[in-house]
Amino acid sequence: MTDASVPQNVAPPPAEVADVELYHAHSWITKYVFSQDAKVIAIQYAGTAITVGILALVLSWVIRLQLAFPGAIPFIDANVYYQSVTMHGMIMVVYMLTAIFLGGFGNYLIPLMVGARDMVFPYVNMLSYWVYLIATLVLVSSYFFPGGPTGAGWTLYPPQSILTGTPGHEYGIILMLVSLILFIVGFTMGGLNYVVTVLQARTRGMTLMRMPLTVWGIFAAAVMALLAFPGLFVACVMLLLDRTLGTSFFMPSLVELGERKDYVGGSPILFQHLFWFFGHPEVYIVALPAFGVVSDLISVHARKNIFGYRMMVWAIIAIGVLSMVVWGHHMYISGMDPWFGFFFAVTTLAIAVPTALKVYNWVLTLWHADIHFTTPMLFALGFLVTFVNGGITGLYLGNVIVDVPLSATLFVVAHFHMVMGIAPVLVIFGAIYHWYPKITGRMMDERLGKIHFWITFLGAYAIFFPMHYLGVLGMPRRFYEMGETAFVPASAATLNIVITVIALAVGFAQSIFFYNLFKSLKHGEPAGGNPWRAASLEWQTPETPPGHGNWGKQLPVVYRWPYAYSVPGAPEDYLPQNAPPVRGERSP
Amino acid sequence: MSVMGLFFIFIATVAIMWLVRQGVLESPWLEEGEVAHYRRAGGAEPPTAGRVGLAVFLAVAGCLFSLLAAAFFMRGDAPDWQMPPIPGVLWVNTFLLAASSVALQVAVFAARRADAERVKTALLVGAVTAALFLIGQIWAWRELLELRFFASSNAANAFFYLLTGVHALHLIGGLVALARTTDKVRGAERVTKALTTSVELCAIYWHFLLFVWLLMFAMLIGWADGFGAICRRLLS
Repeated sequence: MTDASVPQNVAPPPAEVADVELYHAHSWITKYVFSQDAKVIAIQYAGTAITVGILALVLSWVIRLQLAFPGAIPFIDANVYYQSVTMHGMIMVVYMLTAIFLGGFGNYLIPLMVGARDMVFPYVNMLSYWVYLIATLVLVSSYFFPGGPTGAGWTLYPPQSILTGTPGHEYGIILMLVSLILFIVGFTMGGLNYVVTVLQARTRGMTLMRMPLTVWGIFAAAVMALLAFPGLFVACVMLLLDRTLGTSFFMPSLVELGERKDYVGGSPILFQHLFWFFGHPEVYIVALPAFGVVSDLISVHARKNIFGYRMMVWAIIAIGVLSMVVWGHHMYISGMDPWFGFFFAVTTLAIAVPTALKVYNWVLTLWHADIHFTTPMLFALGFLVTFVNGGITGLYLGNVIVDVPLSATLFVVAHFHMVMGIAPVLVIFGAIYHWYPKITGRMMDERLGKIHFWITFLGAYAIFFPMHYLGVLGMPRRFYEMGETAFVPASAATLNIVITVIALAVGFAQSIFFYNLFKSLKHGEPAGGNPWRAASLEWQTPETPPGHGNWGKQLPVVYRWPYAYSVPGAPEDYLPQNAPPVRGERSP
Repeated sequence: MSVMGLFFIFIATVAIMWLVRQGVLESPWLEEGEVAHYRRAGGAEPPTAGRVGLAVFLAVAGCLFSLLAAAFFMRGDAPDWQMPPIPGVLWVNTFLLAASSVALQVAVFAARRADAERVKTALLVGAVTAALFLIGQIWAWRELLELRFFASSNAANAFFYLLTGVHALHLIGGLVALARTTDKVRGAERVTKALTTSVELCAIYWHFLLFVWLLMFAMLIGWADGFGAICRRLLS
């Protein structure tokens, strides 16, 4: 039965929301500490993530120092090295990147960009942050337990992760698993909020196809994370039981130090399946928000609508779906059935199609555009180049026969640092420079920003580009010491020293960013409400920084998509999403 | 992992169908102006945030249970696998959980008729039967432990404790929500719309947990062995 009064071809109904009863904080503590305001939670999430991120950065120096000067630094022994490798990886992937994109940008931008007053379940949102903080503290606390943190590698593969030969087998591994379980619980609470807010709290006129791509990216990533994290959850719970209760989920029968262990018949491969069922989508959980943010940065700073918006959305969905069925490509060398490997190679390479589509669309957006080389734009362009670079080595590694000799070499390290390390981090910096004026009401220093960009961008290439060559030479990853080999020439050691020196310098250079961040808080140029003349909704708030409830008395009404730039006949070169249409105005 | 695959295909199908209905096939730059908003044909109301939130949560929980099932079938292939005997009390428990689910459904019907007394009784019956189910589960654990089927002695035992334990934890979480709902009903003069929604959400969650339990029970008593064999052949 269809309603005759509904005209054909109208846009589908927006999620209708009655204006919500907002929670009002009464004290300083409930306003800024145990806050239920998504914007405060966002800052808390981002602050915590960046803090542990700095710890992980310092740990990467430990790794690099050992690789460049093996044995020369007294406090770096094999245990410290492996612990640093493990903690660096785990913190960067889970506690830094995932938390800052979804917890940080997700919390700040989703309500503002879809025109909501706050997240749908503010209380759960607050809990999400505090559970995340506890998870982080549990993880870091493993440094203060006897034996230190676990050195099992971030993949935590059993059986070695819980055997006595691995550093941190007493407490470190237990704390790591407990911390991950807590993180997942906390994340699920947050993820539920991001998804339901996008589905339910969009303001009038904000159809799905009028959402900025940032929201699309974060939304898709949140959905994927909700479906993928249970894989890690199950793996962690079962590994924890293997370690504490002596069950044999993953542990095969084995003899350690001449002593027969009680484990029987467990399957380490099962762990790998569960871990990578989470682990691969995780790459896209980090990448999709970055894709979304970059689309917005490019469009705003090139004063042009994003090319192929609809395809961008489809590509995000396609990448999300495909990425759930490619986890096996991390297990090519685990002795799988060749047909199994074939299947995973095909799905893996198929992801290149929607991804390439996105890259073409970014490039075509820039084509004949009025490009402003602002700091956010530079970072977006830096992302584009780095992502293509890292993506192409991904095509090599996606093929089984190419992967087998290259796996566990520095080639893999270079690949994933390019594609999911440097690329998303460049986006995070770009996004901070871009939205800082909205968050604080002041601009960051452009000159310092540009210096920061060039050092970071060129430095990252100087660090990771040569690593590809080391990998092709056959230099393995995660080795404490190479020693004498027949296949690695002495010049490789020199290259390692060069990489380390640059890594230290680039690491220290990040202080320029932090100096800029804190200095601009007080002394930055006042930004006004919309310094970039952007069309999307978050720049149209009545106050800057947005007040409690975001929109003053009345929720905004959305009349068009968020990319109305350089519209012919329009009074300015952009049309805000909530500006009522003028008669006779033409769409771009 | 094929169990997970099946579950994922289900989720993806639902999501993509929904996206298409929401207009991902539209061209946003061709339309301008305030979109005509209308109630869906047939006058159905848009779902509340709580309902959507629960649906998303059930997808996550379903994912968790599918992965556990996948792990169960994969690990079950090993030669050392030896299922423990199934305590008879589990049949009683199954009945109790089903009764609990029915009671909550009765509460939903009563709430829709605004029959506050009936809602209170039904919720109470639901809570008590669910609590009895949990006690029964602990009973089953004790019975197995007395027979010396420890988690560390065989992975099948460990899976028994793990699956029932995770399910019980979800039910305990549900009981907290149910207690809050019951509290609200007790304090309320009459059945409001918000209360009805609350009761409905509890009932949906209970049906989900019953469904999960039935599948889990089938796995534990070996009715799903054939399915496990097919799954293994598909993906290994």
